[in-house]
Amino acid sequence: MSRIKEFNLPDLGEGLTEGEILSWLVKVGDTIELNQPIVEVETAKAAVEIPAKWAGVVSRIFVEAGTTVEVGAPIVAIDTDPSAGPLPSDLPGPVPSAESLAAVEIAPAEGAVEPGLIGGPAPGGRTAVLVGYGPKVTTAKRRPRVGTPSGSAVVVPPPPVVPPAPVAPPTPVARTGGPVLAKPPVRKLARDLGLDLATIAGTGPLGSVTRDDVQKAAAGAPQAAPIAPAVTTAAVFDASREQRIPVKGVRKLTAENMVASAFTAPHVTEFLTVDVTRTMKAIEKLKGRREFRDVRISPLLLVAKAVLLAVGRHPMVNSSWSAATNEIVVKEYVNLGIAAATERGLIVPNVKDAGRLSLRELAEALNTLVQVAKSGKTPPFDMAGGTLSITNVGVFGVDTGTPILPPGESAILAFGAIRPMPWVHKEKIKIRQVTTLGLSFDHRIIDGELGSKFLRDIGDFLTDPEGALLAWI
Amino acid sequence: MANGESIVGADAPAGGFVQLLTPDGERVDSVTTADGITYSVDFTDDEYRELYRDLVTVRRLDAEATALQRQGELGIWASLLGQEAAQVGSGRAMRPQDMAFPTYREHGVLYTRGIDPIMPFGLFRGVDQGGWDANEHRFNGYTIVIGSQTLHATGYAMGVTMDGKTGGPDGEAVIAYFGDGATSQGEVNEAFVWAGVFHAPMVFFCQNNQYAISEPLERQTRIPLYRRAAGYGFPGVRIDGNDVLASFAVTRAALDNARNGQGPTLIEAYTYRMGAHTSSDDPTRYRIASEVESWKAKDPISRLRAFLAKQQVADESFFDEVDETAKTLALSLRERVLEMPDPQPISMFDNVYPHGSPELDAQRAQFAEYHASFEGSDH
Repeated sequence: MSRIKEFNLPDLGEGLTEGEILSWLVKVGDTIELNQPIVEVETAKAAVEIPAKWAGVVSRIFVEAGTTVEVGAPIVAIDTDPSAGPLPSDLPGPVPSAESLAAVEIAPAEGAVEPGLIGGPAPGGRTAVLVGYGPKVTTAKRRPRVGTPSGSAVVVPPPPVVPPAPVAPPTPVARTGGPVLAKPPVRKLARDLGLDLATIAGTGPLGSVTRDDVQKAAAGAPQAAPIAPAVTTAAVFDASREQRIPVKGVRKLTAENMVASAFTAPHVTEFLTVDVTRTMKAIEKLKGRREFRDVRISPLLLVAKAVLLAVGRHPMVNSSWSAATNEIVVKEYVNLGIAAATERGLIVPNVKDAGRLSLRELAEALNTLVQVAKSGKTPPFDMAGGTLSITNVGVFGVDTGTPILPPGESAILAFGAIRPMPWVHKEKIKIRQVTTLGLSFDHRIIDGELGSKFLRDIGDFLTDPEGALLAWI
Repeated sequence: MANGESIVGADAPAGGFVQLLTPDGERVDSVTTADGITYSVDFTDDEYRELYRDLVTVRRLDAEATALQRQGELGIWASLLGQEAAQVGSGRAMRPQDMAFPTYREHGVLYTRGIDPIMPFGLFRGVDQGGWDANEHRFNGYTIVIGSQTLHATGYAMGVTMDGKTGGPDGEAVIAYFGDGATSQGEVNEAFVWAGVFHAPMVFFCQNNQYAISEPLERQTRIPLYRRAAGYGFPGVRIDGNDVLASFAVTRAALDNARNGQGPTLIEAYTYRMGAHTSSDDPTRYRIASEVESWKAKDPISRLRAFLAKQQVADESFFDEVDETAKTLALSLRERVLEMPDPQPISMFDNVYPHGSPELDAQRAQFAEYHASFEGSDH
């Protein structure tokens, strides 16, 4: 037995509870050296290579790449003495012990708080705290006490010196003016959800507002009793014909952002169909210029420029709603987000202070942004602080959409496919290059008039970029 | 290479630094700074070879520790990768009577003090508190709190003066290690004030590895860090932190100044942390690969190796032997780390008061009794 050694996933970074196997660098049967990198694991903190703990031959890999594994679960078994001949035939391979398998558990399907977030449930029945995962709220496994019947796992706590004061169930405590008490992550949650803490009754110590309070407030009135299903479960609900995809990573984040945005900022979407033939001609002209010789120029570049110029004429669209302070924050800088479809899902990295860039610099910045996004290496800095975004749905061949605002932003432009279409041009029906723009905006900040003017300006620029430029300077 | 007239070394940052061995392994005979101080080294072939052995050994031991952490045998590890020259040079510059105050990354200094490299592993494995006899080893405990050891060192150095142990070549000097991020801490600035005002016999040795975890140097300072010393009234000098010779020469001179009663010096060792801040950190989130690559070309070990080979002071068989010996040492360290015993729960009472207390003794007895009530208990 000792010849085959199981390697359990260690805690790779001070209080982590799980890691995702990104890739195996060895396969079963490979001979490995001590400290040879064998597997790449990604945790919440970093992606790292794990070096082999023993030299030998890989006899079994328990967990495939792409799987999230609990810390302490066996991931690989190594035969540390392969020269001793084949293993006894009744031992086809090591099997992880029941106890170690029990450590691999499926994360709870749902919870009051996102698992892994502070205050939320963490795998293994723990409660996530700021650093690490705090104490497990389960009965600890203990050696039996001397004299207690075997099998009974009763743990008698030592008699307390002072009887504890009776603890009353938490009840909302009326606050008597003064600042609202809440922990910083709870404040952030309320801000993200667009809730005013002062309007929420606190049930925590000293009347402080807890995470639960905020979530209850966000959910509206107390939950009504669930309505009994009208149809009994029938064969039409065939679980074997359902595919269950774990919600994690970028998909999870996307969902959170969409929900946070859709239920916080009242969206309105307007559409405008424009003739962009001149924009396409302008692109051809730019391509022929020395300054743009070695840079990729796409219609997106001119749409981005149109947005930036239109923001200059209507600064109010580049703003955010601050529920915490009851303010509208109008930004003089435009961090222009570009929604990008990547293998790992939708992300919206942004070009920082895009309004200050020359057209050539903007072209380079957009290209870099998209390339980095496609390679999956967008750093968090690039995704933070966006003020206004463009989603280029045209690349998927559709005309337009009603995009949902990235949280904290007040407007997003959907840029549809450019198609040759019959169009009335100079009193005649001609074939022109036409596209549809869709602008969603936060109706709390932007009225229909402002949103329409902003969209109209973008359309005017794309209809006649040179003319608009001359008219606007 | 112009010698003795310029402080600007190869690949120096703006303002220059003291460099006695270029990244290509070229020796610079001596360097004279703007203050008119000339630095150089005069090593025998054996001494050069031993410096090389130190560098390779501390890197190899560090790599083993990093692997042990990834294998779940250490809770955390702070790697010194890339900073070997700064640590080995300054460590070897100390004289036996000198006292060092490290951070948690000074494994190389610890090694050059002749201390068993396993000493800090109990701390990182979580089986002891990292307590050792600082006076016996002339090496204070690893300090986790950023910058606080500079004040401990300053107070200690002021004590050295009060004991009348300075003022000659046999005098005692103190060296305090810290990083670029620590220079933004209040403690470090207070230490500068006290050391400057009281003329403390000490060297502030700052390993500027360019990042305070993820925060780059430009978020710490508007001027080169060594120039801060002028404001506190003592000299500051910047060295090529990847040059073990410069590290040795400048630290030796600064420590000797201190022991002779000439007061403190700030040394900024300009270097780079090639690995993560600790094993819990992912440097790819805040550093670009090309920057790391550019520092690879300035590696402290490869330049000394190139120099030794060019001077025919050492050959391949020597380099192989050094690697092999370092590996043996690393594997032995691994075995000993794996054999470190877990602490007994009762030991938590051991280091609370030096001579115990009635209340503590009662708690200990109660706890022992409680543990003895379990089947199979050792107590």
